[in-house]
Amino acid sequence: MLVNPSHAVDPSKERHIELLSDPAHPVILETHDLKVFYGQKEALKDADLQFNEHEITALIGPSGSGKSTFLRSLNRMNDRVAKVTGEINYRGIDINQPDVDIYAMRRQIGMVFQRPNPFAKSIYENIAFALRQRGVTNRHELDDIVESSLKGAALWDQVKDDLNKSALSLSGGQAQRLCIARAIAVKPDILLLDEPASALDPVSTSQLENTLLELKRDYTIIIVTHNMQQASRISEYTAFFNMGRVLEYDTTTNIFTNPQIQITSDYVSGNFG
Amino acid sequence: MNAKTSNKIAVATLYLIALIVVLILLSLLGYILYNGVPVISWHFLTAPAKAFTAGGGIGIQLFNSFYLLILSMLICFPIALGAAIYLNEYAKQNWVTALIRNAIEILSSLPSVVVGLFGFLLFVVYFGLGFSILSGAIALTFFNLPLLTRTIEDSLSAIPDAQREGGLALGLSRWETVTKIIVPAAVPSIITGVILSAGRVFGEAAALIYTAGQSAPALNFADWNPFNISSPLNPMRPAETLAVHIWKINSEGIMPDAKAISSGSSAVLVIAILLFNFAARFIGRRLYKRLTSS
Amino acid sequence: MDNEKLKRELFRPSKAAKQERRGKFISFSALALIVVAVSAIILFVTMKGLAAFTQNHVNVIDFFTGRDWNPSVKGANGQPEAGALPMITGSFLVTIFSALLATPFAIGTAIFMIEISPKRGAKILQPVTELLVGIPSVVYGFIGLMVVVPTVRTLFGGSGFGILSGTLVLFVMILPTVTSMTADALRSVPRYYREASLALGATQWQTIWRVILRAATPGILTAIVFGMARSFGEALAVQMVIGNAALMPTSLVSPSSTLTSVLTTGMGNTVMGSLQNNVLWSLALVLLLMSLLFNLIIRLIGKKGAMK
Ligand SMILES: Nc1ncnc2c1ncn2[C@@H]1O[C@H](COP(=O)(O)OP(=O)(O)O)[C@@H](O)[C@H]1O
Ligand SMILES: [Mg+2]
Repeated sequence: MLVNPSHAVDPSKERHIELLSDPAHPVILETHDLKVFYGQKEALKDADLQFNEHEITALIGPSGSGKSTFLRSLNRMNDRVAKVTGEINYRGIDINQPDVDIYAMRRQIGMVFQRPNPFAKSIYENIAFALRQRGVTNRHELDDIVESSLKGAALWDQVKDDLNKSALSLSGGQAQRLCIARAIAVKPDILLLDEPASALDPVSTSQLENTLLELKRDYTIIIVTHNMQQASRISEYTAFFNMGRVLEYDTTTNIFTNPQIQITSDYVSGNFG
Repeated sequence: MNAKTSNKIAVATLYLIALIVVLILLSLLGYILYNGVPVISWHFLTAPAKAFTAGGGIGIQLFNSFYLLILSMLICFPIALGAAIYLNEYAKQNWVTALIRNAIEILSSLPSVVVGLFGFLLFVVYFGLGFSILSGAIALTFFNLPLLTRTIEDSLSAIPDAQREGGLALGLSRWETVTKIIVPAAVPSIITGVILSAGRVFGEAAALIYTAGQSAPALNFADWNPFNISSPLNPMRPAETLAVHIWKINSEGIMPDAKAISSGSSAVLVIAILLFNFAARFIGRRLYKRLTSS
Repeated sequence: MDNEKLKRELFRPSKAAKQERRGKFISFSALALIVVAVSAIILFVTMKGLAAFTQNHVNVIDFFTGRDWNPSVKGANGQPEAGALPMITGSFLVTIFSALLATPFAIGTAIFMIEISPKRGAKILQPVTELLVGIPSVVYGFIGLMVVVPTVRTLFGGSGFGILSGTLVLFVMILPTVTSMTADALRSVPRYYREASLALGATQWQTIWRVILRAATPGILTAIVFGMARSFGEALAVQMVIGNAALMPTSLVSPSSTLTSVLTTGMGNTVMGSLQNNVLWSLALVLLLMSLLFNLIIRLIGKKGAMK
């Protein structure tokens, strides 16, 4: 279904919301008229998107189209560099208000970045230390969470004997999975991932995809990807961004087999971007 | 003259200049060490100085130098760290920040004698701290703050932003991110910077002659209660340092072996600074390795 | 999670928010402390430095042009003899001479280090210069006293103390700093400048002279001014070899003085608040203003360089 960029045709919007509602996967996050300005430059124009609980949504589009800008606005990582207006409703609460505690909010909406960014600490500490900052001090509890997070990120078997090793000694794929483990250790509700596989080799990439498919049982996942196969393999829904607008948002199957507008079709078939 | 010939002449001249400079600098180092090292002995390093007779040492001055260095670092480091954190992590790019940076720049270029005189005026006289280790440590803090702040700021800004984002995305505050992730990751280069600035502080004299004073009263090295007047740890006692000692005995020294003592002291200073330099590099590299491997 | 609980959690300021506020405050206080310190230094030195003119009615023009420095004595005009010209002259002479002497050596060495023989530069010159940057100035003063003064005495007669010895000591002292800053400036000239020039058939020297030095000029000027600022502000190394006579220098080998040398020797022998003491603070003020001026010049060079 087409989200009409001009907003002139409201009925299509209605239909699009209907299409998404699904009792098994209620809407957990939605944006309304989300705009982002870097100085004078409007990098995101009126994004209206909805995300269902425990599903994977892929954000695709040519580079510079505003995918990262959108994603980073969702947990307000852009607050310091950009002006973000509009609503971000998380379980019915608009979290784009000044009096929302962004630190508590980010515990609910975690993020994994394009380049793996493990901290210059041991593998164990990479996961444990944010928990400790929030008052989890019991060693057994920490051990348990570290183990379950590493298992969740499918890294446990490879590092269980090296937990005290520096995280900087891990390979790229391992480091990225450590970052995922770190993110899920604080038990967020939603995971935002910005091209998490773009720095990884094909084997690590496919491992990562399997991990995400596992994680979707417990988390809602929004992932930016430039890899069309990846989007079609793992996501239920796909949003197509171009020049700061969401041009089309639909089930992944529809976007890839039956896009409503020409640019989407061109993009997913590799004709531009 | 054609281009080739003039090129040859120019290059030869440059060789000559470089050679002269290396000779000057090396003979300087050589002179210091050649004349000074033979004077250095355990007795020289530990015995108190003698005012009128030969055979004195530099024990008290050496202790004073280290004590003053440590004390001033204890004051200076937290301030420099805090200031560097603010500048690198919080300060917005605006005219206030520019002004503050300017002020730091100015402080770093002030002649150390001016800093010393200010310390004399404010701390020794107005605040009544007298010629004391404390006054000296504060003066050295002023002297050292700008450079240390800049070094730490550089160390912090060398840590990629991705590390900050990683912390913030976990719901940590910027402060937690900086103190728990960024600063620890920057520790190797911060340590290097601290040790190098310690070398600078160790050899400073002009800021001290009117703050820490020019006398070295006898110390009782069995008394470590900082409240006792003869205790080495007493921060309120006057304390001539090694660098001040060299200046002092050369301007008004009357002991017969002033020249030998100065040579020995100079060599000790230079060796200490060499050690600071090597230690800075070595420790920095070691810490970095520890941080990035098992 | 039920919605009310979530709402409470999201709208209650968290521990992190509190820590953030406190941390920001603490780190800002540290920074503010430095600013306060700088302001205090400028304020106090200015106040003390003006006292001689406001309280003791020393004539400002006489202070800057008078050739007789003997503040405890009243001169022919009934004013205290507080002419600072000898010290000001001394300071400027040693500064200018040492910079003139150091500049060609520093530039030559830096070119050698970066352009002619980078290998040897990195192996020998760089470590040696970096190390000597850290040598305490009293050590330079002491060597000046042991080596430079006797040599000057033998070669040029007199006591050996004076502007020449001061110049030579400062020359060696600022040489490592100016060299290593100049080397930094040369290093920051992009590689393709060299390649383009050499590709056009220029010799190495033509490339250095026409392209590299020109591109690095702001950085080199900064290095020189920086060295001058160090020379002007250096106290003990100069004081040890200049002779400490508050007289107009009659030759390069006559005992003279600088602002810093008079300050170091005089401050301890005068009583706080007295005229003799106040005029010393006026010298300190001149020193402070000169340091601000050097700072300004460096800033202007930076701006000019950035504009190009
Ligand atoms: N921090 C920033 N400051 C200014 N402009 C930015 C910033 N980040 C991104 N942009 C601009 O916003 C637009 C969208 O960028 P981005 O969201 O990164 O695109 P994508 O992730 O789709 O490649 C681009 O034109 C980019 O140049
Ligand atoms: Mg992006």
